Amino acid sequence: MENCNSKLLAMYGQSASMFGMALPELAAQREDIVVLAADQSVPAGLDKFKSLYPDRFFNVGIAEQNMIGIAAGLSDEGYLPVCVAQACFLTMRAYEPIRQYAGYMRKRMILVGLFSGFTTSLLGNTHYAKEDIALMRAIPGMRIVAPADAMEAVKCFESAVCSAIPVYIRLWGKTGTPIVYQSDYDYELGKAIRLREGKDIQLVATGSMVVQALEAAALLAEDGIEADVINMHTVKPLDASLLDKSKPVFAIEEHSVIGGLGDALNDIGVHARKIGIADSFGVVGKYGYLLEQNNLTGEKIKEHILKNLKI
Amino acid sequence: MNKTLLDKLTQRCYAMKLKALDMAFSTGTEGSHIGGAFSCMEILAALYETANVEDMSSPGRDRIILSKGHAVLAYYTALWQKGFLTEEQLAGFDQNGTGLYGHPHRNLQSGMEFTAGSLGLGLSYAVGVAMACKKRDIKNRIFVILGDGECDEGIVWESLMSIRNFELDNMTLIVDRNHYQLDGPTTEVMNLYSMDSKFRAFGFNVTTVNGHGIEALYDALQPKEGLNVIIADTVKAHGISFLANNKLAHHTSLTMKKYQQAVNDIKAAYGEL
Repeated sequence: MENCNSKLLAMYGQSASMFGMALPELAAQREDIVVLAADQSVPAGLDKFKSLYPDRFFNVGIAEQNMIGIAAGLSDEGYLPVCVAQACFLTMRAYEPIRQYAGYMRKRMILVGLFSGFTTSLLGNTHYAKEDIALMRAIPGMRIVAPADAMEAVKCFESAVCSAIPVYIRLWGKTGTPIVYQSDYDYELGKAIRLREGKDIQLVATGSMVVQALEAAALLAEDGIEADVINMHTVKPLDASLLDKSKPVFAIEEHSVIGGLGDALNDIGVHARKIGIADSFGVVGKYGYLLEQNNLTGEKIKEHILKNLKI
Repeated sequence: MNKTLLDKLTQRCYAMKLKALDMAFSTGTEGSHIGGAFSCMEILAALYETANVEDMSSPGRDRIILSKGHAVLAYYTALWQKGFLTEEQLAGFDQNGTGLYGHPHRNLQSGMEFTAGSLGLGLSYAVGVAMACKKRDIKNRIFVILGDGECDEGIVWESLMSIRNFELDNMTLIVDRNHYQLDGPTTEVMNLYSMDSKFRAFGFNVTTVNGHGIEALYDALQPKEGLNVIIADTVKAHGISFLANNKLAHHTSLTMKKYQQAVNDIKAAYGEL
């Protein structure tokens, strides 16, 4: 996308940046792109696309399973469907159609999960998506991307459109997301990015936790601990090239400690200490409160790491 | 329907059934889905006569999507009769590592449009195909074969809702209503009561036919205006005396004695015994 203004994108948030700014440009070049939404086009920021390309947008209603089935049919007939729904309902309600089509049949489709983790805050546990990475990881061949900020969301969407294989994009945040990247940078799907160098420990974070990991690293530096920070925006396939087994490694994710980034690291032999959402259905509250409760703010992550390093 | 065509399709069905019994017998104690295959032999024979699927590489071809994928004994034998599969391929049915197993896997060269197995998914997939064909102004027809037990699945009704919403009059649905599902009669397991009124409520014209009457099926399959579903009333394991209307027919094996009995039943029905 031209004019990658980080402040403007952050103001729009991840999905509105992707769908309101990047998608119309991509759709002008790629006539095969069609968009399906499960009654989530307004919060997703799809209004502009809908008005520009009314015949390339299909609202399937509140019916996530059918959305994926329809996407598979469109995909086999030469279209590239972009499927939009809330992350929890997309990955859980439609899990089997996703396994069948994106997994088993390798149909090209881009699955966009809105409001992952605790984003839906006061709507409660039914609306939290803290198992989606685990579910998607268990599907052979699935590509899972959790962008760190709005600019990265745009970049990973552009990469996904060029990619010939199914992708699940895990979005968080609404409008006004924190900024990790101030200016344009090189992004490649599947390639981890080092954001900070440090000799003592390594923090590997994905999605919303990248900004928190950077904050934790800054706080740890005040205590004399130098942390290496890796943005693992692609959780599957996992890029091991920047991982450093010689240091204590911490995996940080706004996702269950079961089956997510931490387990993905452990599965390739990197012993990662997991910082994530505990294996329970917890209290409900505003987003910041939920991060605090689950030890997922920069400050809490720092405390957790200090305690853990002493053991 | 002229007599020549009726004779041809009758003979086609006869050949399909005998071949299907050979294949079912060849699975030994593993068994196969006999009941739901023998309920749709005539449906598939008539459909493959109606649909334009000669050139599977052509985007303009009609699409035949078997959503009740377990009916492979009818499907594979229909594809064999159309020249998509060879006898050698059928002989490999349900062998280790085979391409022809208990549910079909998409393979256009072999005439197979859709990877089925999970019930209900075929209709939803077909909606996407029908939308794509409309978008590209392809004047073709998309046929979907569903089971009546399959209609328990929620995605079937999500799909019906979307067919009406997107006005997909290029689709024709065929329900093989054999009145049974795995656990027993559909009226006892999950009673849908009036299937007709449910389809009508979703905006469909409903044609109910004898699903073993080739002529009636062939007529019902001719193009019509609007959204159309053909409810084909059938008998599970039709024509096999000891399995017909028996819930054990869903997936079962055949001993040599039973196989011979089944072959004799079929031959007798076609006046060959």
